[in-house]
Amino acid sequence: MSKRIEVTDLNCYYGKFLAVEDVTMTIHPRSVTAFIGPSGCGKSTFLRTLNRMHEVIPGAYVEGDVLIDGNNLYGPGVDPVNVRRQVGMVFQRPNPFPTMSIKDNVLAGYKLNKQRMKASEADDLLEKSLRGANLWEEVKNRLDKPGSGLSGGQQQRLCIARAIAMQPEVLLMDEPCSALDPISTLAVEDLIQELKETYTIVIVTHNMQQAARVSDETAFFNIAGTGAPGKLIEMGATEKIFSTPDEKATEDYITGRFG
Amino acid sequence: MSTITASRTDNPLTAGQLPRYAPWALGAVALIAGGVIDALVLAPFDIATTIFFGAVLFLPLNYLAGRLVVGRRAAADRLATNLVTGAFLLALLPLVSLLWEVLAKGLPRFDATFFSYSMRNVIGDGGGAIHALYGTLYATGIATVIAVPIGLMCAIYLVEYGSGALARSITFFVDVMTGIPSIVAGLFAYALMAMVFGPGTINGFSGSLALAVLMVPIVVRATEELLRIVPNELREASYALGVPKWRTITSVVLPTAVSGIVSGVILAIARIIGETAPLMIAAGFTNSINNNPFANPMMTLPVFVYDQYAHPGVERDFYNERAWAGALTLIVLVMLLNLLGRFIAKRFAPKTGR
Repeated sequence: MSKRIEVTDLNCYYGKFLAVEDVTMTIHPRSVTAFIGPSGCGKSTFLRTLNRMHEVIPGAYVEGDVLIDGNNLYGPGVDPVNVRRQVGMVFQRPNPFPTMSIKDNVLAGYKLNKQRMKASEADDLLEKSLRGANLWEEVKNRLDKPGSGLSGGQQQRLCIARAIAMQPEVLLMDEPCSALDPISTLAVEDLIQELKETYTIVIVTHNMQQAARVSDETAFFNIAGTGAPGKLIEMGATEKIFSTPDEKATEDYITGRFG
Repeated sequence: MSTITASRTDNPLTAGQLPRYAPWALGAVALIAGGVIDALVLAPFDIATTIFFGAVLFLPLNYLAGRLVVGRRAAADRLATNLVTGAFLLALLPLVSLLWEVLAKGLPRFDATFFSYSMRNVIGDGGGAIHALYGTLYATGIATVIAVPIGLMCAIYLVEYGSGALARSITFFVDVMTGIPSIVAGLFAYALMAMVFGPGTINGFSGSLALAVLMVPIVVRATEELLRIVPNELREASYALGVPKWRTITSVVLPTAVSGIVSGVILAIARIIGETAPLMIAAGFTNSINNNPFANPMMTLPVFVYDQYAHPGVERDFYNERAWAGALTLIVLVMLLNLLGRFIAKRFAPKTGR
């Protein structure tokens, strides 16, 4: 159920401002792809184009093609709602729905879409998703308590459970660990390793050790200066990017001489 | 393990201190001094002016005490604290006095008769405001039913969909509408009914229209503020789950803001329930119960209060008592609405328990 993503000549705009220019890349199924680069270089912007979340911001639009297993996300007549049901997303800051219990948060994708489900099916999916997110043992006795009562790390894993409960083809993670302590980070990283057995995972991170630890492939984005568009500098196997990158800029960034 | 013991002999952090009872003692002294001045200068002695003189004396006394014993900063702190507290008490004064007056004058007729009789065929003692109470409930009820959906949807449009010139002009006109004198709303409703149903159409529904015109902008403003503080992250979380925009609004945004919206609506009701001028024009006067909002004039509580006061019969006291009781009823209604709003806000608020 995981899928290949092919991006060709993608430009992302915020109004007239060109934020990311001319990205072409292929993301392989059943793998973890990490985006690294300095702040403001367009990693998150680019990530959000992969499930059409970019256009949620007023005035934002893209040019170019994103193919998921050959289907163009930006083709005419494509409903972004259908895209987002296949491409799940975990955000930088945990954002459980404050009005819902832990259980309802995990099943939110179904509840909010008013999809009917048998109680037994729902319970199975709930347990499977929470186990998948490494959270089941911690919350199994308080599934009816509000999701906002959990700790930050637990909330983030709750959001991951919510995303994987939808059984998406692709999972996008926008700096999922930036607000977490090392132990929660480790839990999320372990989880990413398990999830890549079934999903295509794309993760944005500022933590280069994390990129090196979890990803199979790494893409380095950079920006020429304030106001200039972000660009994909180089992409390749993570070992290669972190040992012998082709570009000088990549090496400078990774060794900490820049950025 | 080495232990560090601090020397307690000479601590440069200490300053002179006034005992905790000092402000109270000074206050008592100032009050007594105020009383003496009052008795000598303004004789005869009067409690209100005594308190006034006492307060005026207390400010410099307390400042001086702080200045002499503690220091400049502490003295300024005392002065500022006293001024702020004084402003608070001053603001409270008319409110308490008003409540006291209405209670004292309204309670004698705040009885069962008042809530079971109308003014039909009453010219002296007895009689009541049941017709006006019904009328107020009808008029505000219908106004709420008209204004809340319009206001709610308008706010949703402004926050979730609107952009550009249309949204800006709606916001502008909502602001203008907030400032409309209520009598203009009454004239509007009267003129509208005259156009549609012929001149001289005065009934409860017409009054409701006038109230609705006043209520819509309040609801829009309150709801808009609340929708804007729903974090965008929640909307994005919902979109990312493949939830369409309209479902995101109805199932995520509105439930998150519902407690505030409900209390906003209730405050809007409380705000219009006491409107008098538009109802005098649009709903008219009557002494009888009218259960049909679509025909014949309908009495409402504020108009009842005005009518009892302005058009008394021969025995004026009975009419005045009824006016005060009507005012008390209105205050009680508004208070109940506020309590209901608080209760609902608490009940629906996003839960944070563990």
